[in-house]
Amino acid sequence: MPVKKPELKEVSTEYMLFEAKREEQFITGSEAVREAIRRANIDIAISYPITPQSESMHLVGDLYAEGYIKEYFRGENEFAVMSEVAGAAMAGVRTFTATCGPGTLRAFENFPMWAGSRLPIVIAFMTRGINAPLTIQPDTIEMGFLLDTGIMMLHAENAQELYDMLLMSFEVAEQTTVHIPIGVFVDGFFVTHTRQKVKVVIEDVKLKPYNPALAPVPHIDMETPPFRYMKDPFVMKSNFISYAAHASWQQEILASAHRAKRHLKPYLKSFIEQENPNAPIQIVASGTAVAQSREAIMLLKEEGIEAGLVKIKMLRPFPADEIKAALANAKTIVIPEFNRTGWLAREVASVIPNNDRIIPGPRVFGGMTMPPDVIVQVVKEKTLVGV
Amino acid sequence: MSLAIANMNPHFEDVMPQEYLDLIKNGPFGKTKTVGDLGSFKELLEEHPLCAGCNLALAFRLLMASLPNPEDSIMVGSTGCNSLAFPQLALHNVHSLFGNQNAVASGLKRALKLRFPDKTKDVVVMAGDGATADIGLDMTLHSWFRGEKITTVMFDNELYANTGGQESGMSLPGAVLNMAPTGKKFQKVKVPDLAVVAGCAYVAVVSTAKPKQIGQCFKKAILVARNIGPTYIQIHTPCPTNMKLKPADGIKHAKERVKTDYQFREHMTPEAEAYLKTLEPAKAAKETAEEVTK
Repeated sequence: MPVKKPELKEVSTEYMLFEAKREEQFITGSEAVREAIRRANIDIAISYPITPQSESMHLVGDLYAEGYIKEYFRGENEFAVMSEVAGAAMAGVRTFTATCGPGTLRAFENFPMWAGSRLPIVIAFMTRGINAPLTIQPDTIEMGFLLDTGIMMLHAENAQELYDMLLMSFEVAEQTTVHIPIGVFVDGFFVTHTRQKVKVVIEDVKLKPYNPALAPVPHIDMETPPFRYMKDPFVMKSNFISYAAHASWQQEILASAHRAKRHLKPYLKSFIEQENPNAPIQIVASGTAVAQSREAIMLLKEEGIEAGLVKIKMLRPFPADEIKAALANAKTIVIPEFNRTGWLAREVASVIPNNDRIIPGPRVFGGMTMPPDVIVQVVKEKTLVGV
Repeated sequence: MSLAIANMNPHFEDVMPQEYLDLIKNGPFGKTKTVGDLGSFKELLEEHPLCAGCNLALAFRLLMASLPNPEDSIMVGSTGCNSLAFPQLALHNVHSLFGNQNAVASGLKRALKLRFPDKTKDVVVMAGDGATADIGLDMTLHSWFRGEKITTVMFDNELYANTGGQESGMSLPGAVLNMAPTGKKFQKVKVPDLAVVAGCAYVAVVSTAKPKQIGQCFKKAILVARNIGPTYIQIHTPCPTNMKLKPADGIKHAKERVKTDYQFREHMTPEAEAYLKTLEPAKAAKETAEEVTK
């Protein structure tokens, strides 16, 4: 039988993240999602099973049974679920969902539609490989596909970051000048299915509710005039006004993501983090590749090789200036990734001068782990030849 | 909505377009209109851009003249010819993607119920046969399986009109169309039967050949969806442009077919039937009252 929910006091995101009483719990990444959503004051959550995401949305379902969420159901497939979430957001409520890998691709057409419709949906992606051959294993390839959909993208290294990034995303996404979706990404299995120490809010508090009156576009509720938006629709017309309307709207979505940065920064503190910034060798990574890179840096240090770390926490908008500055003096840049395509290396290469400093980092996929010595080996082979 | 929202600040009157002023002064908000009233009030659809003789446009106007509560009706369209008309409709409406209309409507309906627990918000899906029976069939059916309290309308022109006359699942067997160069090889998808099996509380098959019937069935469908469960209306809306007919011959085609293979059908669950019966005395009383007023 579900436990009855206590009365929750509404608090600001700032209070939730920095002041509310926390307790260290030894929980899985999926349980960290439940604990974040418990405090997020969600109106509607919609789920669909796919490994390794499923457990998170089971636990969110438990929250519904306990009364923390007003409405919850399992949709018929990911394309439909993302459309159902869109409908709910269009009607003016706070929503949450999660998916991964093949589910992300099944749903794909929805993500640019969410951004284009200015829907402040928060979604978690527990990244996984893409078929074929059939795989259910960890892989971040879907992130490369999502880079240009218009959604904002945060990448958590561990369960603690997943927990905090989820809680900070709602207020940022819902700002009048932002009002676009935010995806919080975490490496499936590595984070979702392992136990870690996570500092979790234990006060009986929840975020303030979504305020539909602050939306920059009217909700579909027949409560807000105008009821007719236009007399001559700009859709599907072959004239310059039509092209210009589409183009300016699309640019406005990109601008919204950039405006989000100033709302996000107080909570995220920084879009990148650095260790050993003066080292000539710099390892650049996001997600759990960061944790492996930290280990690699320690191993290298034991051998007398100085290497630094640039951890990227936000992929969209891409913190180009910060990355450029962080790598200004690097002689060699190694980018380890959990995918075949090397999308992070491409992203970094697109924003730094002399990008031949980037050497292909180790790329593991299909479910392989990335032992730190693999990173060490690449660093030594590719950077220290002839030394 | 509160009807006060539909009214305009008098200071804006000199800058607002004439058709908007007409809509406020003489539109259907807060009134009960029927197909028979067309021509005597300002319609919700303004100067649609669809082809001459378009039966979808005709059906669209008939439906919009029959909404029981236009001031609280939320429409969901889909990709197709209807998406050219929707932006000119004076009701909140959504076009999001091709085929996801019933999924969007499910989310909308549930969210509106949370936001406005004491109000009735009628959520109506209006989409073509391609959107409903082909690309969106899974979402159409699943919204019915889940018992979402929404009305689904299919404009059945028996082909993909907006993309240039391709075969759809609703095309007639043997029909030679784009992408069916040697004729369609299978029968029309039996969506009305599927609707019954999937749990729709009210199902009707109608035609533009019978305009008043469209209005009456649509009203019933909305009222049943509001109170009992999902409802489905399938309207035969021949497309003269893609059938290579003269504009006026589309309706002629509808009139022929309504006598043969596109006949009126109505299905309702015992619960829906009982509910609709409860409305009859009120309706009769209202009609009598209107007669007296006249």
